Amino acid sequence: MVRHVVAPVAEIPPGGRKIVSVAGRQIGVFNVGGEFFALLNRCPHQGGSLCLGERIGLVLSDEPGVYRYSRPGEMLRCPWHGWEFDIRTGQSWCDPKRTRVRTYPVAIEAGETLMKGPYQAETFPVSVEADYVVVEL
Amino acid sequence: MTVQLRDLGPIDCDVHPPTPRMAELLPYLDPHWREVMVGRGIDGLELASYPPGSPLTARPEWHGPDGRPGGDLEMLKREVLERWGVRYAILNCLHGAMAMFSEDMGAALARAVNDWIAKEWLDRDERFRASILVTPRSPELAVAEIERRASDPRFVQVLLLAAGETPLGRRAHWLIYAAAERLGLPVGIHAGSAFHQPMTSLGWPSFVVEDYVDQATTFQHQLLSLIAEGVFTKFPRLTVVLIESGVTWLPAFLWRATKEWRALRSEVPWVDRSPIEIVRDHVRLTLQPVDAPAEPERLAAVIEELGSDDLLLFSTDYPHWQWDGDDALPPGLPERLLSKVAVLNPRATYRRLAASEPEESVREESVARGIVS
Repeated sequence: MVRHVVAPVAEIPPGGRKIVSVAGRQIGVFNVGGEFFALLNRCPHQGGSLCLGERIGLVLSDEPGVYRYSRPGEMLRCPWHGWEFDIRTGQSWCDPKRTRVRTYPVAIEAGETLMKGPYQAETFPVSVEADYVVVEL
Repeated sequence: MTVQLRDLGPIDCDVHPPTPRMAELLPYLDPHWREVMVGRGIDGLELASYPPGSPLTARPEWHGPDGRPGGDLEMLKREVLERWGVRYAILNCLHGAMAMFSEDMGAALARAVNDWIAKEWLDRDERFRASILVTPRSPELAVAEIERRASDPRFVQVLLLAAGETPLGRRAHWLIYAAAERLGLPVGIHAGSAFHQPMTSLGWPSFVVEDYVDQATTFQHQLLSLIAEGVFTKFPRLTVVLIESGVTWLPAFLWRATKEWRALRSEVPWVDRSPIEIVRDHVRLTLQPVDAPAEPERLAAVIEELGSDDLLLFSTDYPHWQWDGDDALPPGLPERLLSKVAVLNPRATYRRLAASEPEESVREESVARGIVS
C-alpha cells in the first residue's frame, strides 16, 4: 500500500469532489461535510464514470406517499444507468452486498507530517503550512 | 400426466360457471332492481371480452345443449370435477356486474350474482368455492359486498377485471385491498375489460383477437401499477392472483421492471425491494392459458425464469378453449412442479380452503397421495 497525496484539503470543499489519477487508476475523492471518501471512478454495473455522477440525497419510505429524505449529497447516481451508490461505503442501494464500487482509505495529513514521508505527490508540491488529502492504494 | 393429476386431487383455481341470465338473477335482486331489469329489458350481461359465440369462450363440447358456454351444473361437475378428480373448483363468474358504469346497479348485480352462486352452486356441491364479484367503480360499495359475503368461508377471493377504470395500484382502490387483506382473501385479477378504456394504450383496436392478445400487456400495466404505487408495501399480507394472464410474459417483464427499478427507485422509495422479490412474495398466476413455446421441452426453461416454484396455480379455465383433450396441464410442465401447482400452491394461496380441512387429515391424505413425502 502506498500513500498518495492527491490534493490540498482547500481544493475540495464540503460538497465538492476531485477526480484524480493515481497509479493508473481514476479515483473520485469526495468531501462529505468535512469527511473525505475515495471511490474508483468505474461503476461496477457496466463501467460508467460513476464519480462524475450527480450527488443526491437518500430518499426512503415506509409507506406509499411518504418521502423520508436524508443524507443530502451522500449518494452518487451513476451517469450511465442511474444506479445509486453510497459515497461513504461504495455500496449500491439496490444490491448492497453484491454490487459495490471499490473504495480506498483517505486521510488528512498536515504538510509538516508529509514532509517526513513516505508519500507520493506526483502533481504538485507539498507545503508545510497546508493540510492534504492522502489516498492509500 | 392426466392420471397423475387426477391422483393428486387438484384444486382448479379458475372455473367459469355459465353467466346467469337475468331471469335467473331476478330472485336475488330487491324489488326495485327487479323492476328496473324487467322494465328496461336488461339481459345478456356477458362480458364483451367473452362473446358467447366466440370460439375462445368455450370449447366446442363445453357448450350446453342450448349453446350456452359452460353448460350447466351437471355438465360442469362431469367435465371438471369428475374428469380430473378436482378437490375444489374456484368459480369465477364472468358477469357484467363488474363493468357497470352505475355504481348502484353494479353493486346490486354483483350482490345478486354472489347470492346466486352461493345458492345455485356452492350449496349444491361441497367441492365448489367462489370469488366475490364487486363493482370496483365504487370502492365503498365493493368493500360492503366483500364484508357481506366474506362471512361465508366458501368465498375465497375478491374478483377484479384486468381492465377497469384506472390503474389498479391507484389509491382509490386501496379500500378494497385493505378489506381483502383483513379478511384473508386474495385479490384475483381476471382477464377481461369493462371497456371503459381502450384495451390498448394506443386506442381502440378492431378485432376480438386484438382484445384477447392485448390482455397480456394489460396484466403488465396492472402489475407494474400495483408495484410502483406501493400496494404491497401498504398491504404486506396481500396476495394478488393473475387469472388467465398467459403467464410467460412475466419473466421478461420482471427483467425490465427490475432493471429500471434500480435506476428510478428513488422516485418510488416505498418500493424497497426489487420487483422480482415482490412478485415472488405477493403474486400468483393461474396456469391456463399458458403462452408456451411450440416445443414443449422449452417450456421448462421459461418457467425456470420465474425463479420460484410457488407461483403457479392449477386451472382448467373451463369452458374457455385454451387447450384440447385431457391434458389440463401444459405439455412440458416440469414433473417436480406437479404437486405444487395442483395442490400445495393453491392451498397456500387460498388460505380459506384450509378452513374446511382439519390439518391432520390434510397431512395424512397428502402423504397417501404422494403430494408430500
